[in-house]
Amino acid sequence: MIQEPFAAGSSLIHRLDPRFRIVLVSAFSIVVAISNHIPALLSALAVSIVLAAMARLNLKEVLKRLRVVFWFLLLIWVVLPLTFEGNSLYRVGPFTITEPGVLLSIRITIKSTTILLALMAMILTMTIVTTGHALNLLHLPEKIVHLLLMTYRYIFVIEQEYQRLLTAIKIRGFRSDTSIHSYRTFAYLIGMLFVRASTRAQRVHHAMLCRGFRGRFYTLARFKPSVRNWVFSILMAGVTAGLIVMEINSYG
Amino acid sequence: MDKNGVIIQLEKVCFAYHGGNNVIDELDLTFHQGDRLGIIAPNGSGKTTLFHIIMGLLKPCSGKIEIFGRPVQKEKDFHSVRRRIGLLFQDADDQLFSPTVLEDVAFGPLNIGKSKEEAISISRRILDFLGLSGFEDRVTFKLSGGEKRFVSLAAVLAMEPAVLLLDEPTAGLDGHTKAKLIEVLTGLDLPYIVISHEYDFITAVTGQIYTIENGKIFLDEELHVHQHEHVHRMGKQPHKHI
Ligand SMILES: Nc1ncnc2c1ncn2[C@@H]1O[C@H](COP(=O)(O)OP(=O)(O)OP(=O)(O)O)[C@@H](O)[C@H]1O
Ligand SMILES: [Mg+2]
Repeated sequence: MIQEPFAAGSSLIHRLDPRFRIVLVSAFSIVVAISNHIPALLSALAVSIVLAAMARLNLKEVLKRLRVVFWFLLLIWVVLPLTFEGNSLYRVGPFTITEPGVLLSIRITIKSTTILLALMAMILTMTIVTTGHALNLLHLPEKIVHLLLMTYRYIFVIEQEYQRLLTAIKIRGFRSDTSIHSYRTFAYLIGMLFVRASTRAQRVHHAMLCRGFRGRFYTLARFKPSVRNWVFSILMAGVTAGLIVMEINSYG
Repeated sequence: MDKNGVIIQLEKVCFAYHGGNNVIDELDLTFHQGDRLGIIAPNGSGKTTLFHIIMGLLKPCSGKIEIFGRPVQKEKDFHSVRRRIGLLFQDADDQLFSPTVLEDVAFGPLNIGKSKEEAISISRRILDFLGLSGFEDRVTFKLSGGEKRFVSLAAVLAMEPAVLLLDEPTAGLDGHTKAKLIEVLTGLDLPYIVISHEYDFITAVTGQIYTIENGKIFLDEELHVHQHEHVHRMGKQPHKHI
């Protein structure tokens, strides 16, 4: 089963038309991804935080998801400042920390956090089925909709299986250290993870087939056209445009 | 449907999982309109596999399958089979994937082309029928094991099937819930095949009991004289079981 802790809710964002949300958050994410001006990126981060607060996301669940990128960012902070060419900021023994390296790391950190938060607030607040339905309505090719949704689903299935396996080895007294036994256990764990996640996903797919699933998603959710949609969309589009302006101004 | 009321007919069906031995081996099965059939067989004997073959989720390597009098072979042939035969999965967690109960139950009706209103009214009716009114907005992954079982049964019934295949519906249910399930099943006007490990339950809801042995299915008519070991208090004293 797939847990969607953010999908249940009745905040302003939950009640917005999913099509609007998808389009707005896509535009916002693209702009953030290609911006370089740090004040613009910080403003975008602030916007994301506001969105997350508006969606009344559970802070603990949000942090749990941010932790995933945290490891990736840590790697970037270890590698980039040391390996990038440019003005040196500090020298620590044989290592030089360069200014462009640090700036790049800062950008990547802000960008990934901003985009992730925005997606959590705008997309994870609808169910998978609703997302699929909205993408169908936006005339995305069925194959792509399928691919997106299934990938998204499998990620959670894998995460869930990982937690189960972890519990299974923990209750049998496993503690990770640097011994061969520990490494071997982790290797088994990862192997099992993929096997189990794929069979589980297959069973879920079978169950969907048994209930007449033929590739199209339908939803009970009702999204009436409302003023709220437009007000929110205009605000959000304005914010996105503002970010573009900030970015362009920074060039000259 | 067939003239003689045959709903499911398997002829010399074989199936093996990739690289394994035949789990199902030249199995013949005829299931008629109005039949209520139970299967009791050991773990790993191929019960779940048999159900999945009937639903077209697993493709047999040889043999013939006819359902509602029509031979079925390709994925496309099974589309109508799946509309008319409802399979309750052994693990309810595989079956429920929508966040709320109502959405999950309505998933099937929406897929087969019902309108939103129809899907909602069917789902509510079935939830009511199973004593689950008030569960509509409950989050599926927060239900107890027994509640999940009933919600997945509701999801299956919402497709308005003509036949039910129930894979261990009593697993994890307490006595009270089991009694409720017996009441529901016997009250339905549907033919079904039930897999269970519980003799009492099977005899309460079905007329004939089959077993699977060496990949084939047999009517388990006679009482078998058998020996088994068991433990209980005072077991060392000579005693009799009746
Ligand atoms: N996906 C699979 N891949 C390979 N072998 C499998 C797979 N699923 C089941 N089997 C094997 O096929 C045999 C029959 O499995 P099946 O699940 O049909 O048994 P069952 O009668 O339903 O058992 P249970 O009472 O435990 O549910 C078992 O020996 C099992 O190990
Ligand atoms: Mg089974």
